[in-house]
Amino acid sequence: MELTGLLAYLISFAIMAGIYAVFALGLNIHWGYTGLFNIGIAGFFCVGAYTSAMITTPQPTGVYAHYVHQLFGWHLPFVFGLMGAALMCGLLAFFIGLPTLKLGEDYLAIATLGIAESLRLIFNNEQWLANGPRGLMGLPQPLAHLIDARHYNYIYLVIVLAVMALIYFLIERSIRSPWGRVLRAIREDEVSASMSGKDVFAFKMQALIFGAMVMGVGGALYAHYSRSISPSVFTPLYGTFIIWVMLMAGGSGNNKGAVLGAFVMWGIWIGTQFLTDFLPYTVKSRAPYIRFLVIWILLEFILLYRPEGLLGEEKRVSKLIE
Amino acid sequence: MDILEVKNLVKRFGGLKAVNGCSLGVKAGTITGLIGPNGAGKTTLFNLITGHLKPDGGQVLFQGRDITGLPPHEIFHNKIYRTFQITREFSHMTVLENLMLMPEDQVGERVWNTWFRFNAIYVQEKAIKEKALEVLEFVGLRRLANEYAGELSGGQKKLLELARSMMADPDMVLLDEPGAGINPSLMQKLMAHIRQLCEEKNITFLLIEHDMNLVMNLCNPVIVLSEGKKLTEGTPEEVKTDKRVLEAYLGGQYR
Amino acid sequence: MVELIFYGIVLGSIISLGAIGLTLVYGIIRFANFAHGDFMTVGAYITLFLISIVMPWLGIPDTTFGPLSFGLRTLLAFPLAIGAVGGVAILLDRILYQKLRRSDSNLVIMAMASLGAAFILRMIVLILWGADSLFYRPGLLRPAVELPLNVKVRPDQILIMAVVCILIVSLHLFLKNSKIGKAMRATADNMELALVSGINTERVILWTWGIAGALAGAAGILYAIDVQVHPYMGWNFLIPIFAATILGSIGNVYGALIGGLVIGVVQQVSTAFLLPTYKLPVAFLMMILILFIRPKGIFGSK
Ligand SMILES: Nc1ncnc2c1ncn2[C@@H]1O[C@H](COP(=O)(O)OP(=O)(O)O)[C@@H](O)[C@H]1O
Ligand SMILES: [Mg+2]
Repeated sequence: MELTGLLAYLISFAIMAGIYAVFALGLNIHWGYTGLFNIGIAGFFCVGAYTSAMITTPQPTGVYAHYVHQLFGWHLPFVFGLMGAALMCGLLAFFIGLPTLKLGEDYLAIATLGIAESLRLIFNNEQWLANGPRGLMGLPQPLAHLIDARHYNYIYLVIVLAVMALIYFLIERSIRSPWGRVLRAIREDEVSASMSGKDVFAFKMQALIFGAMVMGVGGALYAHYSRSISPSVFTPLYGTFIIWVMLMAGGSGNNKGAVLGAFVMWGIWIGTQFLTDFLPYTVKSRAPYIRFLVIWILLEFILLYRPEGLLGEEKRVSKLIE
Repeated sequence: MDILEVKNLVKRFGGLKAVNGCSLGVKAGTITGLIGPNGAGKTTLFNLITGHLKPDGGQVLFQGRDITGLPPHEIFHNKIYRTFQITREFSHMTVLENLMLMPEDQVGERVWNTWFRFNAIYVQEKAIKEKALEVLEFVGLRRLANEYAGELSGGQKKLLELARSMMADPDMVLLDEPGAGINPSLMQKLMAHIRQLCEEKNITFLLIEHDMNLVMNLCNPVIVLSEGKKLTEGTPEEVKTDKRVLEAYLGGQYR
Repeated sequence: MVELIFYGIVLGSIISLGAIGLTLVYGIIRFANFAHGDFMTVGAYITLFLISIVMPWLGIPDTTFGPLSFGLRTLLAFPLAIGAVGGVAILLDRILYQKLRRSDSNLVIMAMASLGAAFILRMIVLILWGADSLFYRPGLLRPAVELPLNVKVRPDQILIMAVVCILIVSLHLFLKNSKIGKAMRATADNMELALVSGINTERVILWTWGIAGALAGAAGILYAIDVQVHPYMGWNFLIPIFAATILGSIGNVYGALIGGLVIGVVQQVSTAFLLPTYKLPVAFLMMILILFIRPKGIFGSK
């Protein structure tokens, strides 16, 4: 009994860490390889989750229609949810990139941050869009009929890890190809890259869209795991910055580092929860802030003393031909 | 025939006219020197030709085509390559990767090809790597192929720039002070390479240089720029003895 | 409508104070300081600390001045608190940004570090005070006076604008006349040139942080007097501050002033048509529009 409880706990830990690993992989395309400063991951997280939710749930009927509003409900299988989430996020990234990618890095940062904050407010206030602050509930889970609901997480863990592995493979392929070489050149010196005949704007746009699509898939994976989503989930702390800490800790410019960072930091995050359980009752309500404070101080230490993270970038990245 | 033609080019920075109605031509197959006192507008002229800056007036023609104001990557596609006064290598990439980046329109530069046309990429990468290693052999950087470009010495970085230009198969190369800050023996090597490339591959060079020794040995003709305009042009001897040139340099390093 | 525009100017003058500091840091130290909003929060909370804990302990009476909602305590706390925020900004530079500068870090890494600093400051505020809204004078009625054109104004708001005017005029005089002010302008124009002409850039950077921090602190306190104290107040100002900075051209102090006023008025007027919570998206939309139409801002060259 003890053991199965622990196992169930580990499974749910691994699912969340795996989902965060997907986000970290997406961010690695942006920041690690291209130097795009996206600090609004929560925006893509949010759009991915809501898109998949609306694609896979039916439009509410009967009594429910009075209480639950959503823009559309297509009741399609999970896979379409994932693809729709990726497409919507890609589209959003395109429109964010259009005015900002020709300007300095800071502009993209402030634009992504602005989109993320604005989207959260819009989803919170517009009832017709996705049911306002109460959000959407009862999202379907793929292959749920195969197994008893109590053990469903085993299946979902396999799905998450499979999606993560596929994304990992796709990114590795393109990063180690000439495409990735151009991205890294842009990261190193944009002017020199354009003088070497590379259309910097086009490549940055591709990287921005690709990374955003990966984040969209992450959002969809989260939505169908938690089965209910509301705007309060997609805050800067949980939706954006914890992912940044994961990537910086694991090693930006290294996909293995991104995955490792996600698991390690999620472990630390969950671990500190156990520690704060020992705090006296009066300060307990503020325990999450203490945990976040620790994580942020950790980030500053990484930036100052180990900017390459646990696993730095490999020396030779373009190595299709070894 | 003039491979590069600059007509009445103007560039203002605020009130300062850095390039002030400059007109000049560069003959195909030559190594043309571009000299002039500090602040004459030589680097700015390079920036205008290669699309790094947009001119406020005038025209740039390359092989008869109007390339005025095109973005840098399109200028590159017209087969012009340029180097910078302060070298701009991709420091966290290896020397080899710095070179392999250069060839244009690689199959693997399209992201979907990296998933669906793996074999084509593989074959092309092999060829590019081969060529890159040859070029490195030529400039004598072969043994540093797998070092970070940022870790090379100043002179080696200049050689790397030259190597990169060779990977690009250009018709014309603009070099901004290739000899600045490198030791004499490396300088000899560099000069030999430039001459060899010009003769064997028929690449036209336009190079800015302060080292008069290098200019006088390597370049013919020499164009003198002063206050954003062409002052005169001629063989090294003619330029050396021109009174106006001496005046322009008065107080400069060359008397 | 006139009333909304007036409120917009009040809000805008607070945004301006933030934007001026941000634009100074941007122009002189050359990176986007994402902790700027949280400097505002810190200023507001330090004042709260002084007013509610230190001053009662010192026995300073809790008076109010005439029709204003505050008195001696706030008056004394204001300069102390803005000085303290300036100190916090300088401290952050010494323990964080200076090291990154010396190790030649990418400017984006510095911006990242400032984001981290923003969260650290905010988490400290949350740990000490919790997540609720607080007021300097809870439960105090704030009667409004009626001006012509049916404009109802609280005396506090007029005072806020007066304080902003005083701060901006003093900053103007400082930049124009003092030695360090001139050095700051020179550095903003051209860092390399300033270095070779013997300006001590580290000293300039120190002063820039001090001034930027103090202005942000002042903005936070004024907002707290006008509305409330809240841990996320500064963070919510970040987008408007950036919008104002970009609108006024990065590095341009007077541009930031005008940019702030424009953003404030547009935000406030938008509440006539939209939910008040949409003030932030409105500022964001303004910024995107600017980026499309005139990415270098109104005072930018081209
Ligand atoms: N980006 C720029 N902004 C403002 N002034 C510039 C810029 N680039 C060059 N200048 C000015 O233009 C003039 C010509 O500079 P440059 O072309 O670098 O000269 P050279 O390479 O011949 O030494 C100089 O006075 C220089 O200060
Ligand atoms: Mg020069």
